[in-house]
Amino acid sequence: MSKFKKKTGTSQNIPTSALPDIIFMLLFFFMVTTVLREQEILVEQKIPQATQLQKLEKKTLISYLYIGKPKNTGMFGTEPRVQANDVLINTKDIVLWVNQEKDKLSEAERDMITISMKVDRDVKMGPISDVQFELREADARRILYAAVGKVQN
Amino acid sequence: MARKKGRLTQEVNAGSMADIAFLLLIFFLVTTTIASDKGILNILPPKQDPNQPPPEILLNERNIFNILVNANDQLLVEGEYLDNTEKLSEDIKDFILNFGAPDEEAVALYNSLPASLRNRAKRDPASSDHPMAGGAVVSIKTNRGTSYERYLEVLDQVKRAYFEIYAERVGLSADQYRALTGRTPAERELQERGKEGIPMAISIAEPDKIGGN
Repeated sequence: MSKFKKKTGTSQNIPTSALPDIIFMLLFFFMVTTVLREQEILVEQKIPQATQLQKLEKKTLISYLYIGKPKNTGMFGTEPRVQANDVLINTKDIVLWVNQEKDKLSEAERDMITISMKVDRDVKMGPISDVQFELREADARRILYAAVGKVQN
Repeated sequence: MARKKGRLTQEVNAGSMADIAFLLLIFFLVTTTIASDKGILNILPPKQDPNQPPPEILLNERNIFNILVNANDQLLVEGEYLDNTEKLSEDIKDFILNFGAPDEEAVALYNSLPASLRNRAKRDPASSDHPMAGGAVVSIKTNRGTSYERYLEVLDQVKRAYFEIYAERVGLSADQYRALTGRTPAERELQERGKEGIPMAISIAEPDKIGGN
């Protein structure tokens, strides 16, 4: 019994002097990983769920197209629109946009350009297939349907 | 006078440092959206030359797994009405690995498969001949009025069938297989070994125009 009694004599409180350091470490982690949005999204974005997600390695090769119902329906109507960079564009301007995006890449990488399509889940297939047709015309055939993970059953 | 002050406070009070750090931490926690470039990859077919008609590819009906989605998001899979996509990936796996009429190469492929995949080969003459190029094609046809969500759900299930086959061939789970980046030679070898002989043959037909916008 005496063995156990001895132990109770040790100090009970946890040393908290290192706590600020730990918190700072977490803080720096989040500060570094945070990407502040540089462009305003003008269309609604409720990204659909999927299970078979793949991650892309080279982020420089990705260009984003946002498709969805405009947030400002008074100005742009309620039909789904395509946003590239920070403006809404017409479907037929996609070829031009793709060529601009390709010019930003080095010559060797141009064929590897990947278009990440961030499509709202309420959009119908009609506008999507129109966009895909234009992307085929522009020869940007690698497409990534952006999706968020779903717990598999 | 000056001496007295110097003796009073020698160090800054650091007790509230943790609180300040916490406050900043919570701010960044809330504002952070960890950018994720995850999604389902798809390669579009090359553009069509208007002067040349699209090449006719002759495939037997039994070698095509037809998935139709109409404007009301209803599914018609191989001529049968389907309520949900739960069993779809299993059906597709059975279809791909049917080995109805394998040629010599396909027999060799069959022999290289692990036993769990070999058990799927029903050798049904009404289903696909073999999983190699020109053997089994999964076709998805939508309508212009089909919702994007439904389309992605179906495509997701088709991809799942393929990835599960690939993963089983190399002895990984499907999640592990998809996470392979191909950056190291060992990973690339695994990727290649999973895919070898079974190309991902997903045909996405142009949506038809009835009932859409």
